[in-house]
Amino acid sequence: MDEVLARPKAAAGTMLPILDIRQVDKRFAFGAETITALSDATLRIEKGEFVCLIGPSGCGKSTLLRMVAGFEAVSSGALLMWGKPVSGPGPDRGMVFQDYGLFPWLTVSQNIAFGPVARGRPKAEAAATARRFVEMVGLQRFADAYPHQLSGGMKQRVAIARVLANDAEVVLMDEPFGALDAMTRERLQEELLEIWAKARLSIIFVTHAIEEAILLADRVVVMSPGPGRIIADERISLPRPRDPTGVEFNALRRHLSRLLGSHH
Amino acid sequence: MTALAARAAASRQALLAVAAPVLGLAAWHMATSGPGYHLIPPPWDVAVQWWDLAFGGVWDDLYSATLGTHAMASLGRVYGGFALAALVALPLGMLIGRIPVVRDLLDPSLQILRPIPVTAWLPLAMIVFGIGPRSAFFLVFLGAFYPILLNTVFGVRSVEGRLFEAAAMLGVGRQAVFWKVVLPASLPSIFTGLRLGLGFAWVVIVVGEMTGVQTGLGAIIMEARQLSRTEIVISGMVTIGVLGFLSDRAVQLLGQRLLRWSPQHG
Repeated sequence: MDEVLARPKAAAGTMLPILDIRQVDKRFAFGAETITALSDATLRIEKGEFVCLIGPSGCGKSTLLRMVAGFEAVSSGALLMWGKPVSGPGPDRGMVFQDYGLFPWLTVSQNIAFGPVARGRPKAEAAATARRFVEMVGLQRFADAYPHQLSGGMKQRVAIARVLANDAEVVLMDEPFGALDAMTRERLQEELLEIWAKARLSIIFVTHAIEEAILLADRVVVMSPGPGRIIADERISLPRPRDPTGVEFNALRRHLSRLLGSHH
Repeated sequence: MTALAARAAASRQALLAVAAPVLGLAAWHMATSGPGYHLIPPPWDVAVQWWDLAFGGVWDDLYSATLGTHAMASLGRVYGGFALAALVALPLGMLIGRIPVVRDLLDPSLQILRPIPVTAWLPLAMIVFGIGPRSAFFLVFLGAFYPILLNTVFGVRSVEGRLFEAAAMLGVGRQAVFWKVVLPASLPSIFTGLRLGLGFAWVVIVVGEMTGVQTGLGAIIMEARQLSRTEIVISGMVTIGVLGFLSDRAVQLLGQRLLRWSPQHG
């Protein structure tokens, strides 16, 4: 309740957050033991925000993301999207996995058209959508290639395009660039920011790289393990494009690594 | 690789593939031709016999120009038994792979039946189906059944969990997930099962045709053995080898078309 009082605008009902996570716990049964993966997580995300979740492994950042996706149920607390409880996976929340999760038997275009086709859109419309998003991620030459013929960076572009083609409002990204080489990662980070700005997306981006978080996010949510919980929520107001060699950038980096370090 | 180098590599491969059979034939010829009596006929005699068996005009005896009839009879049983096996094993394998109750119900029994060699079923098959082509058909069915079933179960069960999550977040419902994810993802395994099943069908057909069957490649091999016409026995063996090879190639080509997306098949 304090939460609501602290935000008079929300209480007045004028600004419903796109995601409202309230005192969420996640416990897993592990044999006879119960393990608390996430404890008392509270987070409000506004439409259009780019939020990075950062923390060491075991801090519950992926668990939180998977609960928002609807792959895992909350053990207690409430997880609301536009005020309604999340009860399972759905096309309004698109997930981009670190290991891509593309359908190997479908071409690039077919992978991108998968969502619209699955939701019963007419064939011609789905194909037109696929064409538009193939173009957006710059894979025209590979439209008819199969995933095993693509590089990691191209696969991740397909994975991003397929959730956007499916009208996702929230894009959930679980260390999406973690398996890519440095140059490809930098390029995809830039492209992601462009797409995010153009499509007015809300993004939750899990990473363990401090620099990546500062480079991308409006807000960096810092988490710590044992049990996983949120320890800080920092707003990054540096203008974009951000310069990782800049003084303010470095100050933020120091600040965040101190936050992370003090909880190890 | 340049086109020239590719062609050189291809012809080298073809040369190596032919080398072993040529050496084998030469060894066979050296061991069986020349003066003295040999239990095994030399390759040339077999070639003449095969020609007569296929087209007639050499010996013009009871066997001349009958190869087509026998081959057609065997082919019918192989593909008939194989098709029936696929028709039963594919849906059954999908049910066992996807529905735990079905798995718990059937899997233990199937695991006990599986190690029994197909040939051990022959006496029982002859009692149930009578001595004759129907028993042969049953054996082919059984021989093809297990590889198809086991590979289908394996394929359906080993679909990557990530793909189910991807489909769910893109809006695929519980019912559609089978057609949209499970079936295409398990196609490579299913295909391997079909290929193995067809191979087994060719192995088993000869055994099935060896007792009480009038036509079929197994039947003439058995009959020729009793008459000590070893050239015919070997001609029958060669024919089975060639037909089995061709049918496997056909399946393989089909697989390459259907599974272009799979790095293991395409």
